[in-house]
Order: sequence, then structure tokens, then C-alpha cells
Amino acid sequence: MIQLNQLYKTYGKLKVLRAIDLELSKPGVTAILGPNGSGKSTLIKLILGLVIPSQGTITVQGQKVRESYSYRNSISYLPQIARFPENLKVKELLQVIEEIRGKSALRDHFIQYFGVESYLENRLGHLSGGTRQKINLVLTFMYDTPIRILDEPTAGLDPIALVALRNLIEAERKAEKLILLTTHIIPLVESIADDLIFLLDGTVHFHGAPAELKQSTKHSGLEEAIANMMLNAKKDYNGRMSLSLHPAPNS
Amino acid sequence: MKKIIVYSLKDLLRSNWIYFYSIFFLLITSALAWMSQDPLKVVVSLLNIILILVPLVSLLFGLVYIYNMREFTELLLAQPLPRMQVFGGQFAGLVIALALSCLSGITIPFLLLRLQHPVEWSQVGMLGGVGLLLTLIFSAMAFFLGLRFENRIKGFAAGFMIWLFFAVIYDGIFLWLLAIFQNYPLEKFTLAMSWMNPIDLARTLLLLQLDISSLLGYTGAVFQHFLGHFWGWVLSSALLILWVALPWWGVRRLASRKDF
Repeated sequence: MIQLNQLYKTYGKLKVLRAIDLELSKPGVTAILGPNGSGKSTLIKLILGLVIPSQGTITVQGQKVRESYSYRNSISYLPQIARFPENLKVKELLQVIEEIRGKSALRDHFIQYFGVESYLENRLGHLSGGTRQKINLVLTFMYDTPIRILDEPTAGLDPIALVALRNLIEAERKAEKLILLTTHIIPLVESIADDLIFLLDGTVHFHGAPAELKQSTKHSGLEEAIANMMLNAKKDYNGRMSLSLHPAPNS
Repeated sequence: MKKIIVYSLKDLLRSNWIYFYSIFFLLITSALAWMSQDPLKVVVSLLNIILILVPLVSLLFGLVYIYNMREFTELLLAQPLPRMQVFGGQFAGLVIALALSCLSGITIPFLLLRLQHPVEWSQVGMLGGVGLLLTLIFSAMAFFLGLRFENRIKGFAAGFMIWLFFAVIYDGIFLWLLAIFQNYPLEKFTLAMSWMNPIDLARTLLLLQLDISSLLGYTGAVFQHFLGHFWGWVLSSALLILWVALPWWGVRRLASRKDF
């Protein structure tokens, strides 16, 4: 479904991504993990054509990203920050997207699913952060696309919405979709991810199943396995992350 | 692109600032018309206000709009649409909203008030045309700056400097140069200098049309002398359109290679 070949992205002197080779061809949930500034959002935005690669090619569903925009018909994207035109009503925002992508058969279903039916007549500028994120989720899921790209989908959600989202991702996985997701919430990854991509300093440091990672680091929990991998990768990783696998002195 | 224009308009036409802008022109035009009773004088006074205010409002409001839309633009760019359709639609929406608000403020008082002299609609139309061209030019500059500078403060500072340069500083430098080199023939230099400032061009364009020699000033007189009334008008219009194209060309270049 998605191929990245020898992908580089630099901003001035800063090398954000280096020599990325990835093939995401199997359906399922792929979680992209990594510390802040490791290039997770850049990687996602490269696939969406929002960021232009310095070098290398990206192919989505057989179409080269730089050469076309119609490939985005097969992707629905949930951006990290849910900010919409303040003076538009929720109903009008949904209409804008429907006018671009065509009528959605699932719109009303997801409005109910995320419990936002009472906000349809409200202006987007008057909504709370959590409600805006639910609208963001409706916009993403109301099209039945083979690829879903979710950038920090859990931000600002209450526990009920969080459970609803988890169940939804589970159902999407059963429907054989490719779900690409970035998150900092490791328990969520542990419960739903089939595949992990760990980015560190702009390169793919690990790509495989969570079980493989646990096995290779000899840790039973994913959180510890990831932390261990990071510490091993960079013994001199001081400053950017204060991680310790040793128990705190007073515990 | 039509879809993007419609949504931008729906959003912008509900903004309070757009109403303030319209009410401001409505009040100024009504006050000027009520005081002078002569539509020609009103048009000339309004011209001076439009020349200063329209570039400033287009730049600052344009920048506020672009920066507020930043995240939503990202969402639109992730949809199956070419990039320039998103920016073209947003730009058209912004220009239509600003121009509608300015033009309604200018024309409604002329329609409602009964003045001693009859209203020459061609003059009011030309004034509206100048307002529209200035809105197009400075909104395109705002789009350029909004894409060029991720940092809002830098963007607003650059916008304000551009306005200050074209509205105030440029004329100062121009006058200073004319005074220093007053012993030399300066007609061609004057002509070239006036082409490089869209606000000067807009002033010349309207004053040539109104045929008020006393207000034409040196630049306008040179324009009229060298090119005659008709060609002076054609050339200044063409140059103003070029002034719209120039920042828009910059927007196209930036938009096609920018990372969001």
C-alpha cells in the first residue's frame, strides 16, 4: 500500500529523516513511535504530500506522491491539532469536506458514535478542545478509505471517547485497513498495534512486531522494552530524555 | 476551487472585523457627502482614505486570516485537491469579502443620500475599482508573507513595514531625490519611480480619470504629459494588474515547494 524508498528530509542543516526505506503492505495497525523531534509527524506528512522530500520517493497505492493528488482519495487523515474556521458551524465544516470528497454514507453513523449530534448547529470557535477532537475523528472516519493516518488521535479525549476510539480502531483492523498511528501512549500501542516503527534521530531504528521487540530486549512490558532499546541505542543519550530503568531511590 | 471560495466566504462574512470595515466606510462616506454635498469632492477625499487604509487592512487582515487558517489549511491540503486550488480558493474568498465590505461602505451612502449635485457613477465605479485593485495587491502580499514566515510576529512586522514603505517612506524618498536632483531633467525618472509603488499608481489612475489637474501632482502631470490622458490611464491600469500578478507569482512559487 505504501512504499518509501531512500527518503531524506532536511530543514536547512537539520537532518530530520535519513535513508528511510519502509514497505507497509499488510493491513493492520502500525504504530510510529519515537521521542519528540524524531521525525514521526514529518514521516506522516511526507506520505500525505504536505511535506516535500529532499530526496527519495514515496508511492501510495501504486501512485507516486509528488506526481498526483488523487492518491489522497484512499487516505483519511486525522491531524494532530484540531483547529477549524471559527465562524463555521460544525454542520458546515462537514459539508465542506463532503463537497471535496463526495457524499459520505457514514457521516451520521459517526456523528452518533462520537456523540456530537447536539453540536451540529454550534460554531466551531465555541467548542471545547475535546469536542473539536471528536469532530476531527468524525471527519476522518466518515470515509471508508483503505488507509487511515492518525496523528496523536487520543489528544484531549475523555475516557468514554477513548474507549470508543480504541474499539473503532479494533474494528477497522478487522476490516483489513492499514492504520498508521503516532502516539505517546504505550499501553494503547500494546493493546492494538500489529507492527511497530521506532524512529530515532531520523532513522528507522526498529521495524517489526511488538513481540519481536520484547524478545530482543528481554523485557515483558512494551514500555520497558522501548526504553531499553533507546538506552542501548544511545548510551550517550543524555539531555534529550531522562530515562532510567532502575527503580527510584525512595521506592 | 468554488467549494473553497464558498466556505471561506461563509466564514469571513461572519467575522465582526469585516462589518467594522464596512461600517467605517459607510460612516466616513456619509459624513463627507453630508458635509460637502458634492460627489466629486467626496470621491477625492475617499480616495485619500482608501489609498492608506485599504493596503493596511488587506495586509493585516489577510495575515490574521492565513495564520488562523494554518491548521485547517493543512487538513485541506491532505484532501484530494491540488495545492493551488486550496490557496486560490482562500485568496479569492478573502478578496471578495474585503472588497464587498469596502465597496458596500462606499456606494450605499451615494444611493441613499440626496445630494445637491448628481452622482457621477463612473467616478464612484473607478474609486471602487481602485479599492478592489489595492485589495487584490495587498491581500496577495499578505498571502506571500503568511507562507514565507512561519513565525507570526515576523509576518506581521514584515506586513507593517511593507505598508509603511509604500504608504509613507517611499514618497519621502521620492521627494528627497526630486529635491536633490532638481537641476536635472527628472521626467523619465519620475515616471519609473511611480511605477514601482502601487499606491502611487492607484492615485494617478483615479486622478487621471477624474481629470482634476490641480490634484494630479508632479507624477500625475508627468504621466499625462508623456502618455496623454487615455494611454496614461491604460498604462497605469496595466501596471496595477502587474502588481497583482507579482506577489501572486511569489505565492505560487512558495506554495508549490513549502512544507506544512
